[in-house]
Amino acid sequence: MAKSPSLFGATFRRDLLLAFRHKGEMINPLVFFLIAISLIPLGIGPEKALLMRIAPGILWVMALLATLLSLDNLFRSDFDDGTLEQLLISPHPLYLSVLAKVLAYWLATGLPLTLLSPVLGGMLSLPSGAFIALCSSLLIGSAAMSLIGAVGAALTVGLRKGGLLISLIVMPLYVPILIFGASAVTEAARGNPFDVQLAVLGAILAIALLLAPLATAGALRVSVNG
Amino acid sequence: MANNKQERLFMNWQWFHRLGSPRWFYEKTDAWVPWLVILAWGLLLVGTVWGLGFAPMDAKQKDSYRIIYVHVPVAFISMACYYIMAIAGAVGLIWKMKLPYMVMKSAAPIGFAFTIIVLATGSIWGRPTWGTWWEWDGRMTSYLVLSFLYLGIIALQNAFQSRDTADKASAILALVGTVNIPIIYKSVDWWYTLHQPASLNLTSAPKIHISMLYPLFTMIAASYIFFTLVLILYTRAEILRRESKTQWVKDLASGVPSKGDKA
Amino acid sequence: MTSAPVLLELHNLACERDERILFSQLNTRFYAGQAVQVLGPNGSGKTTLLRILAGVSREYQGEILFKGELINKVNWEFASELLYLGHLPGVKKSLTPLENLRWYAALQGAVSDAQLLAALEQVNLAGYEDTPCFQLSAGQLRRVALARLEFSKASIWILDEPFTALDKAGIAKLENRLIAHASAGGLVLVTSHQDIRFPQLQTLDLQDFAENSTVGENAHG
Repeated sequence: MAKSPSLFGATFRRDLLLAFRHKGEMINPLVFFLIAISLIPLGIGPEKALLMRIAPGILWVMALLATLLSLDNLFRSDFDDGTLEQLLISPHPLYLSVLAKVLAYWLATGLPLTLLSPVLGGMLSLPSGAFIALCSSLLIGSAAMSLIGAVGAALTVGLRKGGLLISLIVMPLYVPILIFGASAVTEAARGNPFDVQLAVLGAILAIALLLAPLATAGALRVSVNG
Repeated sequence: MANNKQERLFMNWQWFHRLGSPRWFYEKTDAWVPWLVILAWGLLLVGTVWGLGFAPMDAKQKDSYRIIYVHVPVAFISMACYYIMAIAGAVGLIWKMKLPYMVMKSAAPIGFAFTIIVLATGSIWGRPTWGTWWEWDGRMTSYLVLSFLYLGIIALQNAFQSRDTADKASAILALVGTVNIPIIYKSVDWWYTLHQPASLNLTSAPKIHISMLYPLFTMIAASYIFFTLVLILYTRAEILRRESKTQWVKDLASGVPSKGDKA
Repeated sequence: MTSAPVLLELHNLACERDERILFSQLNTRFYAGQAVQVLGPNGSGKTTLLRILAGVSREYQGEILFKGELINKVNWEFASELLYLGHLPGVKKSLTPLENLRWYAALQGAVSDAQLLAALEQVNLAGYEDTPCFQLSAGQLRRVALARLEFSKASIWILDEPFTALDKAGIAKLENRLIAHASAGGLVLVTSHQDIRFPQLQTLDLQDFAENSTVGENAHG
């Protein structure tokens, strides 16, 4: 009889493989991030002092939006080709299968965003002291956003055009993550410690790890039978 | 008594809840509605006149503070409404009953409307006191995010063609929102103190004298009753909408006296 | 037939969707070694019934027993003994047949690549194991899904319209496969628009359990 870890591993590897076979889908959020950031100076002027002041918040908001963009892909293809219902009926806990998928998703979207962020931070004149805060807050924050966003993706996967709806229902839930993430980078830019903010982000991630896959599993069942 | 029999029926035979629960609620509330209307409007009248007219003027904010007689009660209710909505959804999910989903669906637009009133009255309050129509203070921002949560539920409800799926999906979203509300509230609070440590919270109530509190309590009570009334009315309408194909609704519509047990 | 063990038992099974009762008071038993076709016109709930039995849907009233136990109490055992093929092929188009089968093998455990290749050969897809599935025809996709039957250890097979997109040879082969499974002590539940030529095929007509039926309880098999 198969044990849970092997399905977790198999689903995780399969999803990672699929992500790399759809490199376009992986690149899109990064391109969005880049273009959106570039629009900011075009919109408000290239004055360095101003850009430096708003860089932390802008970087975080755009990363949040880029994460929202690709959420719809999390379950949609599985829903369309029938592999999602096979996941539902397997004896393995749906909680773990969801976790495996979200982990693969985060590695393919959240992680690249985090790695790109220092480059974009430089474009917005972010002080170099803030780069570590930027990357660490985005690393933890994007993981939490992937988990919470999975709930929205699961709720709307049965709808043909779930895209904008996901953003509506997930964005309010992202507010705490945005507040603490942007604050971490802002404080770091001023040379202050930012461990409190990172700790809170970590706590949010922990809660999300515990509860979000449960809600996602329930939502998947509802959507598959809709 | 007839109602006890029906209650036992629907608890034991969930299969027959279709015949029991929503209709029972509809017929039972027939008698409640007129009383609630009288009570709600009565208390609202008393509270409004008292608060807006007769309560003493505030030293700092003069007459403009009176908006709290609307702002504060409505704020309580719009928050409570979300929890009521989520609890109704949870009951529907766990016990697979229909009536809770109808209550949940009715509560969403009501809660959203109340939240908008909170924001509007907060805005009106801010204008004479601080000179601006909108301030991003802790409470206003929290209620703005709450309005987004309501919008999400309403949008999700209307996105599905199957009513069963819409009900269950909204219930899950409402529960997720419930977990998030305290976190959002705390983080917005923290965010506000971070960015504006010195200034007063715009919409905090002024130092309140006991004579100002009585009309406030009246208004709070009035608002809860008013909310209950509106929720019941909306739920009754939802019941009629969903059960429109059943015999008892058809009888109701054509004026035939109901054959079932009356409250 | 009554000496064979009872695999599935349905007590007063009922299902309602969007204010419509699909079927109610469905009482029946399914034994090892049976092949059962579920009959009924479109919209009568055939697919819903299969999805309920497979565990995709949990929206039903009544009880389902697997080897005498309620299925929510023996979920692991029940789900491990089950294979479900629905309308959708359950095949990821961006992966190759072999990669798809590897994932299904992980659901079950302990299946070697050699077994998977043999399974593909059984469904006439030898040589295609490394072709991305989006390059396969609808019939070939369905055969990738059917390859699961070759290495599955499940005793209960629930197949919704499995003959779709198959040619005559494919249909005959699948029929033989299903008959063999039933003969070996498994249980096969199918729906199909086509005529199925099984010896000793049992039927379950959902119209007997529909809302306005006067027949009421009617146990087949």
